Amino acid sequence: MKNKDLYNYILGIADNTLILGQRLGELCGHGPSLETDIACTNISLDLLGQTRSYFQYAAKLKGEDATEDTIAFLRTERQYVNVLLVEQPNIDFAHTIGKQFLFDVYHYLLLEKLQHSKDVNLSAIAHKSIKEVSYHQRFSSDWVKRLGDGTDESKTRMQDAINDLWRYTDELFHTTASDEAMIAQGIGVDVKELKTSYYERVSAILDLAKLDIPESKWFQEGGKKGIHTEHMGYILSDMQYMQRTYPNMTW
Amino acid sequence: MSKNWPLWEIFVRSKNGLEHRHFGSLHAADAEMALENARDVYTRRNEGVSIWVVESKYITASNPEHNGELFEPAQDKVYRHPTFYDIPDEIKHM
Repeated sequence: MKNKDLYNYILGIADNTLILGQRLGELCGHGPSLETDIACTNISLDLLGQTRSYFQYAAKLKGEDATEDTIAFLRTERQYVNVLLVEQPNIDFAHTIGKQFLFDVYHYLLLEKLQHSKDVNLSAIAHKSIKEVSYHQRFSSDWVKRLGDGTDESKTRMQDAINDLWRYTDELFHTTASDEAMIAQGIGVDVKELKTSYYERVSAILDLAKLDIPESKWFQEGGKKGIHTEHMGYILSDMQYMQRTYPNMTW
Repeated sequence: MSKNWPLWEIFVRSKNGLEHRHFGSLHAADAEMALENARDVYTRRNEGVSIWVVESKYITASNPEHNGELFEPAQDKVYRHPTFYDIPDEIKHM
């Protein structure tokens, strides 16, 4: 493939939105209330819509028989390069919101920069997506504040969720060889430069939520290299079941 | 969760120039959440350009038991509709 680095770079962004969208979609019909159920499902659909735009572009680069569906559904676990954060289980509403919040703040900062990519397709997708993500960020931040500054129970659960998920945040700012190649060409965003503003924004919301900012300096990584937590296989078996069982099926 | 939240009435303006219309109701902890929920529940298929939310307890409604005295007296006063005018043929769409 001619544009191997660009292809890998796109998957590095789109696998995050795909897996987080799939995770959040699990809540469809199971949200804590009708209103939050619909809100989470909407956000999930936003993320999957963005994923489609990225994968359609990636499929074009790959050529052969590749389509958005083969990229989404027919890879093996090691070929997915999403960060570990997005594959973490929902557990309770605090974990669902915590994961969403820790990703949304990053996602917004990423798209802000990606809008200025020298690649017109990526810049157009970023331009369209950032409005959606701006809402996602507001929704999840509001909930972090409500739960953190709510009852004793909601505060405990929200703090537990932030403590559990904190170890996955550093990986957001790691880069692969393909990422570096794209940064050098002005196509990719140098996520290393987003790190300071990310932790500033996250800490500001946690302060408002009256939650403690975790002090742990121990971070987990691997997703960007295709090495996932034990949860990933379960997501993929759910997500890929139809295409594996009935190859080439369509609705 | 939402059992303990107050009920809100949601009004949506479908497009500029039209009035806000009552779309339905939902539960939310406060006005801000009511707006966000209304956005997700009622405008996800591009139905609106503006949303009003009002906590249901602030709406004063007429009592159905008084429907007789309130509304029936108007039923036999057809002359209150301006339907007795001859309209010239060249006036369309009346």
